[in-house]
Amino acid sequence: MAGPAIALIDYGAGNLTSVRKGFAAIGAALVTPHSPADLGGVRAIVVPGVGHFQATSPLGGEWKAAILEAAVRGTPLLGICLGLQWLFESSTEAEDVAGLGLMVGRCERLPPVVKVPHVGWNALDFTRESRLLGGISDGAEVYFTHSYAAPVTADCIAVTTHGRPFAAAVERDHICGVQFHPEKSGDVGLQVLRNFVTMCQ
Amino acid sequence: MNPNPSNLSNLKKRIIACLDVRDGSVVKGVNFEGLRRAGDPAELATRYNVEGIDEVVILDVAATLEQRRALADTIRAVSAQLFIPLAVGGGIKTEADADAVIEAGADKVSLNSAPLADPALLTRLAGRYGSQAVVVAIDAKRDGGRYAVFARSGSTATGRDAVEWAREAEARGAGEVLLTSIDRDGTRAGFDCEMTAAVSAAVSIPVIASGGAGTFAHFVEVFTTGAADAALAASIFHYSEHAVSDLKEYLSEAGVPVRLVG
Repeated sequence: MAGPAIALIDYGAGNLTSVRKGFAAIGAALVTPHSPADLGGVRAIVVPGVGHFQATSPLGGEWKAAILEAAVRGTPLLGICLGLQWLFESSTEAEDVAGLGLMVGRCERLPPVVKVPHVGWNALDFTRESRLLGGISDGAEVYFTHSYAAPVTADCIAVTTHGRPFAAAVERDHICGVQFHPEKSGDVGLQVLRNFVTMCQ
Repeated sequence: MNPNPSNLSNLKKRIIACLDVRDGSVVKGVNFEGLRRAGDPAELATRYNVEGIDEVVILDVAATLEQRRALADTIRAVSAQLFIPLAVGGGIKTEADADAVIEAGADKVSLNSAPLADPALLTRLAGRYGSQAVVVAIDAKRDGGRYAVFARSGSTATGRDAVEWAREAEARGAGEVLLTSIDRDGTRAGFDCEMTAAVSAAVSIPVIASGGAGTFAHFVEVFTTGAADAALAASIFHYSEHAVSDLKEYLSEAGVPVRLVG
């Protein structure tokens, strides 16, 4: 693919093979920047991640500054799973670790009235029209695996319910996030990746 | 008790297909008429995916180290065209074994005997890949009032109880339990719902029931009486071309929440 690539931030929180394969399946080239300075010319930024909110701490400092700077320039940003949670201000999972703060609110643990972690396929309940979920049916099911979740705010484009409603997908201008794994959600998930790549053009 | 009343969650019950693979081929009675290369794992996984399978497990039954080398190629071939969760189990003993299958494209590793000898392996793998990537596989059979855990493909008694071991595995970092009834495995007499319910009630992580699937009604039983979060089967999906989609429609009509595709 011609032109600058999409940057996949590898900060050590989990395995990125599946995310790379998902983007490869839709014909999008990814690069893995070695330092924050490499974000200067990228077409878009993807922040993946699984596990504990503490695992996002390597994203503090220079990475955070570079990602914020790119976002302000208008570079599209997609947070996946832990990456969506990191778009918010904080999480009760690791009180001392600050998120990116582009989305207002704090991530909290799902209530123990249901089994936590939330693992498996669950439905998206659209709250408004969006670019990220374009061409996808309201009620479509996607694959989740997480214990903490972001609050439902004005930036939320789809809600999922497990113990309580939480933000399954967010979008504000060119800033997006999905709590589910688009690379593991079949055709629906690949459509989300395709929509994001379209936003980057 | 239904752990996910519909007003509290729309989480679906998962149907997982197991592919027993040796030296690059599926070895358990695969006889789809439409398959060009019967026994090709990638072709079978793709077919199940189209029919609406929620997840695929590759179980490596390789007997020799040489056969084991084919595993990474199989995982690569399957994961290249499968965009749903893929777990791999069978003979994963060390972090290096886990690295190799994850690097090849597995999302989860399933461990059976190794963590019984070295439970901290679960913690180390969870630290490295996250708990969502670590499945503890427990093979158990009824022994009086308890469920005796066996290692090494059911050949070695461990002296442990399945409920207690599941609890410990969760505490050590396992993200899911794959619970196989040795008594029911291969019998087509139905899942051991009592054992599944006992383990499911003891842990917060999902429990995948395995062993004994013979009819669609058995799946309804294990999702209701057995309180399973997911059910795994192999041979039942081989009997007809539409077994996965037929099963899901059957479950949906029986009131079990499942993901319907197409």
